[in-house]
Amino acid sequence: MDTDHHEITVSVNGVRYQRRVESRLLLSDFLRHDLALAGTHVGCEHGVCGACTILLDGEPVRSCLMLAVQAKNHEISTVEGLTNKDGEYHPLQQAMHDHHGLQCGYCTPGILMTMTAFLNENGSPSEDEVREALSGNLCRCTGYQNIVDAVMSAAERMRG
Amino acid sequence: MKPAPFKYIAATSLEHALALKAEHGDDAKFLAGGQSLMPAMNFRLAQPAIIIDINGIEDLAGIRPSGGTTRVGPVTRYRALQRDAGFAQLFPLIGEALPHIAHPQIRNRGTIGGNLSHADPASELPAIAVALRARFRVQAAKQERWIEAPDFFAGALTTDLKPDEMLTEIELPLAKPRTGSCFMEIARRRGDFAIVGVAAMVTLGDEDKCTAIRLAFCGVGQTPVDASPVADGLIGHTLTEEALRDAAASVQAMIDPGGSVHATADYQRHIAGVLTERALQTAHQRVHDGH
Amino acid sequence: MSTRTFGEPIKRNEDRRLLTGQALFIDDVELPGMLHAAFLRSQVAHARILKIDISKALQRPGVVAAYVAGDLGDYWQPGPILVPPPPIAGIIFNERTQVPLAKDKVRHVGEPLVIVIAETRYIAEDALDDIDVELEQLPAVVDLEKGLSPGSVLVHEDVGSNVSAHVRQTKGNYAAAAAKADRIIKRRFWYEHGISSPIETRGVVAQWDARANQMTIWDTTQAPVFVRNGLAGMLGLNERQVRVIAPFVGGGFGPKIMMFYPEEVLLPWVSMKLNRPVKWIEDRLEHFFATTHERGQIHDAEMALTGDGRIVGIKDVFLHDGGAYDPYGLTVPINSQCTLLGPYVVPNYDSTFTQVFTNLPIVTPYRGAGRQHGVFVMERLLDFAANELNIDRAEIRRRNLIPPDAFPYTNEIIYQDFEVLEYDSGNYEPVLDMALDAIGYNAFKDEQAAARLQGRHLGIGVACYVEGTGIGPYEGAKVQVQSNGKVSVATGIGTQGQGHFTVFAQIAADQLGVAVTDVDVVTGDTDQFYWGAGTFASRGAVVAGNAVNEASKVVRKKALKLASDLFECSEDDLVIEDGKVSIVGIPEKFVKLGDLANQANPMRGAVQPGTEPGLESTQYFGPKMGATANGVHAMIVEMDPRTFDLKILKYVVVHDCGTVINPMILAGQIHGGVAQGIGNAFYEKLVFDDQGQLLNASLADYLLPTALEVPRMELAHTVTKSPLNPMGIKGAGEAGAIPGGPLFAQAIEDALDLKGRGVELLEIPLSPSRLFELTRNAQR
Repeated sequence: MDTDHHEITVSVNGVRYQRRVESRLLLSDFLRHDLALAGTHVGCEHGVCGACTILLDGEPVRSCLMLAVQAKNHEISTVEGLTNKDGEYHPLQQAMHDHHGLQCGYCTPGILMTMTAFLNENGSPSEDEVREALSGNLCRCTGYQNIVDAVMSAAERMRG
Repeated sequence: MKPAPFKYIAATSLEHALALKAEHGDDAKFLAGGQSLMPAMNFRLAQPAIIIDINGIEDLAGIRPSGGTTRVGPVTRYRALQRDAGFAQLFPLIGEALPHIAHPQIRNRGTIGGNLSHADPASELPAIAVALRARFRVQAAKQERWIEAPDFFAGALTTDLKPDEMLTEIELPLAKPRTGSCFMEIARRRGDFAIVGVAAMVTLGDEDKCTAIRLAFCGVGQTPVDASPVADGLIGHTLTEEALRDAAASVQAMIDPGGSVHATADYQRHIAGVLTERALQTAHQRVHDGH
Repeated sequence: MSTRTFGEPIKRNEDRRLLTGQALFIDDVELPGMLHAAFLRSQVAHARILKIDISKALQRPGVVAAYVAGDLGDYWQPGPILVPPPPIAGIIFNERTQVPLAKDKVRHVGEPLVIVIAETRYIAEDALDDIDVELEQLPAVVDLEKGLSPGSVLVHEDVGSNVSAHVRQTKGNYAAAAAKADRIIKRRFWYEHGISSPIETRGVVAQWDARANQMTIWDTTQAPVFVRNGLAGMLGLNERQVRVIAPFVGGGFGPKIMMFYPEEVLLPWVSMKLNRPVKWIEDRLEHFFATTHERGQIHDAEMALTGDGRIVGIKDVFLHDGGAYDPYGLTVPINSQCTLLGPYVVPNYDSTFTQVFTNLPIVTPYRGAGRQHGVFVMERLLDFAANELNIDRAEIRRRNLIPPDAFPYTNEIIYQDFEVLEYDSGNYEPVLDMALDAIGYNAFKDEQAAARLQGRHLGIGVACYVEGTGIGPYEGAKVQVQSNGKVSVATGIGTQGQGHFTVFAQIAADQLGVAVTDVDVVTGDTDQFYWGAGTFASRGAVVAGNAVNEASKVVRKKALKLASDLFECSEDDLVIEDGKVSIVGIPEKFVKLGDLANQANPMRGAVQPGTEPGLESTQYFGPKMGATANGVHAMIVEMDPRTFDLKILKYVVVHDCGTVINPMILAGQIHGGVAQGIGNAFYEKLVFDDQGQLLNASLADYLLPTALEVPRMELAHTVTKSPLNPMGIKGAGEAGAIPGGPLFAQAIEDALDLKGRGVELLEIPLSPSRLFELTRNAQR
């Protein structure tokens, strides 16, 4: 069949992009290759590992399970948008650094997006709640312990 | 793993969506949350020629009371169900099952209608729909019908939907007074598909005798298995430990699980018995706790 | 301000790029005109190739090329043997290595048949459906014993059997010793280790620049130098024409050091042929077949003991599933064979293994690299001996530990580094004591009884192991002070998350008196450092770290010499601190390191004969042999006696890897290893059918542990330095992953009182369903 293309306007980290995309282009590939926002990583393309997690209107979703065409009229947030305009870390990024919550760093962007959204919703989580929120992101390097510590620490800092 | 090519159409209304489906039949698939369809497409196990995106049809999402029931739109996300405190109170089976469905990221997109239409034998909501005696509204461009939950699930990943039909509403009857419920499942990890899951409801009458039982399983057959009939022996009696053990044995004799890479059929049968006892016990307890 | 950071939990230099999504991983490499590759892979495990017709694929718009084995001409050849057979008497080894594209026969599911090159990966995958393949399916060799029985179908017909290798190693005389022993414990064990499954799969980008006559290859490899050398040779290029860059790699764990994978060999050839850059990124489905595995062994083992539980000898005969080809030699089973001996005195040992060809993907090292299998056998035999002899499990281990005054301790047999297995140093009993104390071993019996009264089933496990680490051949490092005063360190190994950018910086910073953040480390780029072996066998910190240390020491000496000439004083009167060399007691008399570096590279004037310009040095370190680390893990679990669900209540690791460079990074390595050990013991299992089809080829069904399955871990360590290198360090990368199997088996047996029910756990992995099957016929 002839390929099916669509004009879309997408807002990512507050910046509007206009592109023409094939209908089957995955949102993960669109972000990484069409928009050169390669911080979002791809680990499985079947929605299990969580490396590709981004925020869709503030809610974490798997970008490998969405089509780029579906992103129009939504606000997408990726890891590139987490630091403030002076390049300062989000408290969770700082905490991950302080607590050695990353080793190879491949799963990290997905975890940052999932857990920053989680902390916005639950400012005083218990360790069990943190682990449950984290359970949709696979990490093969860290054994999760330092990530959990980082999230608890960031929560405390964000509570002021 | 990239999907095969397809034509994408964002439906602007239910009429539009149904007209497209009437035109293309099985060549087209509805895209709701995409949490089951997209993996299948990425693996190229599904290669629909047309994708009809129904996420933009606002009428298809929402929870509203209707007479003695609650009606839920098919494009209502799991997340919305979880966040609706009233809904969780009215339908504690669903409220208890939702944390077992995948993970938060999946629940932010996945929909109840998508889940039911996908009809995975290990999926929790189909079994709960059967236990609740839910009814489904199914529409085509020019007609509609209502179908009882057990009749909707025809086989593994197969429903009664005709090539031109869409599940457009889920009607959930409210529970009778003095009903306790419990959903339990055994899975390898939280969020994985159930090895066995059970939805149990116990209604008590005078002298704490059981007046109604519902018992439905996921994971032990090609479709949800309604084991309420074998639990009928409990009606008119109090739920003693011995009575529960008998019910469990009846369930084990009734089901024919297929086994999987994660569990043997015998383990599934064994678990079905254990969960029968535990879920009925807990449901029973919850009547007293006012759950 | 003191800049001493060695031994401190210094935060990582590399984090910013990773935390902000700015680090370059393989799929982030974008080159103008880049094409994309996809592979048509065999869907069956064993077949003769009758026909492959790519003509339709070539006609698809967007497809640029497609190649089968025949198109490669002389370039098609089996890959080189990466680890030759060790020098063991009587060894049988049948070398059969993998090929770039299958010709005549396919030998495992996923073996590549065709490479398609297209404008996008999407189109390349479309084209795979256009290819017409006719295969004559053959029965698959999957079961090891059946594979060795006469009449079995052969994976490699010309070998005449499915024997890939046969090795026997002995120490002392087991038969004689066993004849006089008080007790013999004999069992059959099955141990399967799973796949590495890093969150980033593999990938290769090859860019041939015909005008510059230069090939650049980005590759998720753990061994860029060897890959450069091998590919240069294959492509007919000089080594210096080829640059291999291992960028940030999202987890390695072993299989990324398998070299000359088909994709690695083909992409550069395609780039040269088409004169365009080409990219291949392995997708998750491919990863289950295209990247190497570890898998299983069957052991028939026996242990001879005295009446008071002392090991007199061990005999073990085992089968090892090597997969369809054996490019990695015998590394994995030799590790099993050697590591079985553990931290114990085993005066007599007779170990024989047969590595079997199967129609399954190739087996090469994955974190632990076969040690798990050996440790399982030893620890289980000790547990059963303890049961029979009525000795406490911890006590029987204590009685057999090598005493601290017995080092270096030789076990006489040959290890994976081709040296005689000799433990350099160790002090094992305190490690056991600390672990028992931390887990509350002595109080546990009462705790268990009290819990049982409440209907809760708790169990405890303790397992000991050693880990041979830090093996040769060597690594090198170049350390250079730049004119801005910052230090650059380059080494030939690659990094997959181990914190090399920080650990090597700490070593250099310690010697050169600079801030850790002022040391810039480059790894994995063959243009930056020419020589090396790679990141494997827990050797990065030990071998490359020591090379960095040696190079830094030379640079330090050069700086002191230059400054002493400048100040006309003795080197003993100088101190290096905060990036400056100053005279002791006269801090205002100083020169910055950057200025010294400039002075060492003058625009005019003479450079003394026999010296080199600049403030830099390249040094190599090659240890005599590997250093032996050790540890003890202990765990308390709770079991649901009806569903056999398991929850870990407490997990303790006490570990000794000699001198510690960065305790925070070390702890991270242990955490990650333990998580993989938990996965191996109770969640991860490759499920093949009898035709070699993998039934659970997705992350939905191959179960990696999540944050809900991995508990909080308590870590402690002791320090017994290695005499084999100046820093006294031993490796630690694999330690966490090694003893999980026996730990789970022991703890589950304890929780469910399986001994009382006549059930023994002789296999890994376990699962609730498997436990149900194993116990269903036992007495209650």
